Amino acid sequence: MSDLYREHILDHYRNPRNYGTLEPHDRSFEDSNPLCGDRIRIDLRLKDGTIEDIAFTGRGCAISQASASILTEMVKGQSLDFVKELTAEDLLDELGIPISPARRKCALLSLKVLKAAAYGLSEWPE
Amino acid sequence: MSTRHSPTRQFDARALRQDFPILQRLVRGGKPLVYLDSAATSQKPAVVIEALVDFYRSTNANIHRGVYELSEAATLAYDQARAKVARLINAPNPRECIFVRNTTEAINLVAQSWGRANLAPGDIVVLSLLEHHSNIVPWQLVTRERGAELRYIDIDEDGRLRLEQLDDYLATGRVKLVSVTHVSNALGTINPVAEIVERAHAAGAVVLVDGAQSVPHLPVDVQALGVDFYAFSGHKMLGPMGIGVLYGRRELLEAMPPFLGGGDMIRTVTLEGSTWADLPAKFEAGTPSVADAVALGVAVDYLQSLGMPAIRHHEQELLRYALARLDEIPGITLYGPVGEDRSGVVSFTLGDVHPHDIAGILDSEGIAIRAGHHCAQPLMRRLGVVATARASVYLYNTEEDIDRLVDGLLIVRQVFNVGD
Repeated sequence: MSDLYREHILDHYRNPRNYGTLEPHDRSFEDSNPLCGDRIRIDLRLKDGTIEDIAFTGRGCAISQASASILTEMVKGQSLDFVKELTAEDLLDELGIPISPARRKCALLSLKVLKAAAYGLSEWPE
Repeated sequence: MSTRHSPTRQFDARALRQDFPILQRLVRGGKPLVYLDSAATSQKPAVVIEALVDFYRSTNANIHRGVYELSEAATLAYDQARAKVARLINAPNPRECIFVRNTTEAINLVAQSWGRANLAPGDIVVLSLLEHHSNIVPWQLVTRERGAELRYIDIDEDGRLRLEQLDDYLATGRVKLVSVTHVSNALGTINPVAEIVERAHAAGAVVLVDGAQSVPHLPVDVQALGVDFYAFSGHKMLGPMGIGVLYGRRELLEAMPPFLGGGDMIRTVTLEGSTWADLPAKFEAGTPSVADAVALGVAVDYLQSLGMPAIRHHEQELLRYALARLDEIPGITLYGPVGEDRSGVVSFTLGDVHPHDIAGILDSEGIAIRAGHHCAQPLMRRLGVVATARASVYLYNTEEDIDRLVDGLLIVRQVFNVGD
């Protein structure tokens, strides 16, 4: 079958980890891909520069949602510095599926949102 | 209409496939290509590809003004291509067919030239919810600049235009232009253009029709339709990318100021000002895409050899087959009208699977369809969806392609556990 839709991707899509919102939270950011309508929001609760808790909500294709779920598992309990250093390749490696140029934006939306939250942005600078 | 040209070939889609080199190739690790995205761009027959190469190999020179043999030959080939395009749509005179890059450029030409010269504060431009962004954004730009207003004709539940709304808009007496698509790229709805033209003209409005999805698939006669402007792209009708056509009625084109200034579009240039060349040169500033125009002429020959009615008939049969087969798939939702006023475009969703995931799984099976908003975001919002999956057929598609699509969709159902 499809290399893109391996069982672990579908599992994260059907049973997303850390799904929901955090109230209260220290950081929150939301963004979407206008082209396909994928949308992700990530909330962070911090303690001494470390991600004590993380949650996401969103809608969109399986790749974008599974990627967000996997990303929350990667960074929970890690420091904000760890998140700031995280690269696109790190996340793509963790997904472990061949992402074509057309689907890269789907796969990386969650990382974009997490980075913005980690840097404490409330919206993208002009 | 197209009885003007009697077809010289029997229509046999399976045999025609041999004319298209790309349809012989394998994709995704050895799977035969099922190409169902011709509404985005069509594939090209070998004769068109060869015409491009052949122009550069044996005829290439800049057109007009050259007094040597090659330039004369290139100019002649360019003019002949224009004549072929004019015959295809039954334009009264080839001079009324302006070569542009594509439909988008043709519409921008009218918006910037006719629109800026003719729209005043309070005037209304009427569009519809079926429009591609290319027939929305140029009008947003020019109406904002001129202080004019936009109105949109809504659709009914089946995706047909609610023409009574057009009447309401026309009744204001302020409508200067109606610009609508002939065939919806997202739903396949074939709009009643002749009727729209009649109503608009009775109210004194000019009519532009976006023909990007009609000229490749249906017999089109701009005189019978009565349109003032008609825009279409070469690449969706077997021709190369980068060449398209704007048909415009002579009086209108002659009264319009130029769109782009430069070489070839002038009669005289002094330091103080310039006078304009005759049609069509006035609207073709700079060196045009001569090779692409010549290859488009060859594409027109190819279409005419089959006959547009035969192409239309084939696509109607295929659409009927596709709708019946797709309807068997539990969890599928099909969009667009069912009837004679529908082209070979099928938009659908499957359960709550995101259309990108549908297209992603089909791609791994070698099936190329489109997923997204189809450059028609207002229409998607009206339908209440973020996106749809869209399969579109052309003369080279067969029932086997539809069967492979259905098999692929059954895999999608299985992977995503789509319920009934």
